[in-house]
Amino acid sequence: MSSVLYDTPGPKAKARNIIYTAVFLVLLALAGWWVIGTLADKNQLEADKWTPFLEGKVWTTFLLPGLGETIKAGLIAMVIALPLGALFGIGRLSDHAWVRVPVGAVVEFFRAMPVLILMVFGSALFVKFTDIDSEIRPLYACVTGLVLYNASVIAEIVRAGILSLPKGQGEAAKALGLRKSQIMAHVLIPQAVAAMLPALISQLVVILKDTAIAGAVLGLGELLSMNRQISANYSNTIPTLVVIALLYVVLNFALTGFASWLERRLRQQKKKSGGTAAPAVTVTDKAGGDGGATAAIPAQGDGSDVVSKD
Amino acid sequence: MFEFLESGQYDLLGAFWVTVQLTLYSAIGSLVWGTLLAGMRVSPVPLMRVFGTAYVNVVRNIPLTVLIIGCSLGLNQTLGFSMGAERFEDIGFRLAVLGFSAYTGTFVCEALRSGINTVPVGQAEAARALGLSFTQVLRLIVLPQAFRAVIAPLANVLIALTKNTTVAAAIGVAEAALLMKEMIENEAQALFAVFGVIALGFVLLTLPTGLLLGWVAKRVAVKR
Repeated sequence: MSSVLYDTPGPKAKARNIIYTAVFLVLLALAGWWVIGTLADKNQLEADKWTPFLEGKVWTTFLLPGLGETIKAGLIAMVIALPLGALFGIGRLSDHAWVRVPVGAVVEFFRAMPVLILMVFGSALFVKFTDIDSEIRPLYACVTGLVLYNASVIAEIVRAGILSLPKGQGEAAKALGLRKSQIMAHVLIPQAVAAMLPALISQLVVILKDTAIAGAVLGLGELLSMNRQISANYSNTIPTLVVIALLYVVLNFALTGFASWLERRLRQQKKKSGGTAAPAVTVTDKAGGDGGATAAIPAQGDGSDVVSKD
Repeated sequence: MFEFLESGQYDLLGAFWVTVQLTLYSAIGSLVWGTLLAGMRVSPVPLMRVFGTAYVNVVRNIPLTVLIIGCSLGLNQTLGFSMGAERFEDIGFRLAVLGFSAYTGTFVCEALRSGINTVPVGQAEAARALGLSFTQVLRLIVLPQAFRAVIAPLANVLIALTKNTTVAAAIGVAEAALLMKEMIENEAQALFAVFGVIALGFVLLTLPTGLLLGWVAKRVAVKR
């Protein structure tokens, strides 16, 4: 394999690489040995701390309901944030300053806020001004925080998506005599949505990850919050946290995999129809760049994608 | 409306100072760790590439909150790591810095790696033709150009980190978000004022960072 940094290795380089591999392997093994040793010292490797996860009970009572709550909160937030974000994104592109400026201010403000702050504020708002049951309040607060934050991030994705379309698309529609709303609804949005889909799915990963904040701070009964109940029952803090982390990884991997599959598919379709092939690529990039809020966007998708885009 | 600030009961500046410190230490930690990871991911040694890829993909997909709680409940309370600190506040602070660095390092790594890919192949080829070794090419030719190309993405990572430091409230680090929770509990009548003050603090922290580093990014960008 050859790259910017090195040629295909010759005999000398191969020998050197083997030495490096050996040294690195030893380092890894030492680290692993140390971790396992420490865990064993504190009795974290004993079978009875891990076997609960092989039985159905811990899954049906704790993990699966928690996972369900995580997905529920994430999906509700996504379903509300998407249209709201699209509206904000289009609003920022408005020809009228009285729409563009306030919407821009709102988007920039909520993009600069930590989600946790928004969730805590949302929770306090519900306590003060509504009589929502305290059972369901954490979910409301969690969704409120996620929606406010992610709608403004999605607004930026939408804006970048529409701006990345070739100028001729809008001009041709104008020349046909379509109204501004028609140009948006029939020409620009459908193309932009196709290009933005992968970025939007990556945003769902961010939302799912952020629900954990509500679990820790507001007491929402989502996946992470289950660690308290499980470790209270089996006194196995570390195994529980490891299993929960793995569940998140699997869930997010599935979503990311879906996103890159979708992106590949969309790109192939574009190639076939010979339409606007470029935006599909640039949008994800741009959205990542601007959506500073969520450094996660460019990082999602497998590594080689990032390489080829540049 | 803002009487609660004058009562002297809440150390607003102190809390934001903790936020700033958390951000700075974690930024340094994640920059070092992220650069190491990026070096591994582009190195000619397959095992290092595998380790780098696996670490980045796994850690990036774990919620930050899980990592921070894991540092506190797992590392500290179960395994007894205290990162060499004695006082409760110090332990929480250092654990949080560890968690943030481990998490943010993956984003720094990915940003740097995309920066390395912007360096024209000819640069490295010329360096190799001069007889420089892999580490020399990386250190002297490629990384300096890569860093200059990724200042803007790194600024975004830094801003995200600033906002993420609020998660440390989950393990009781006395930073801005924890103070906000406390103020909301005690000063329910001034809810909007409390939110306004904290929000202003974060806008003041993140806005100049973005503007300043955006300006720097434009100035140092390698013109090609």
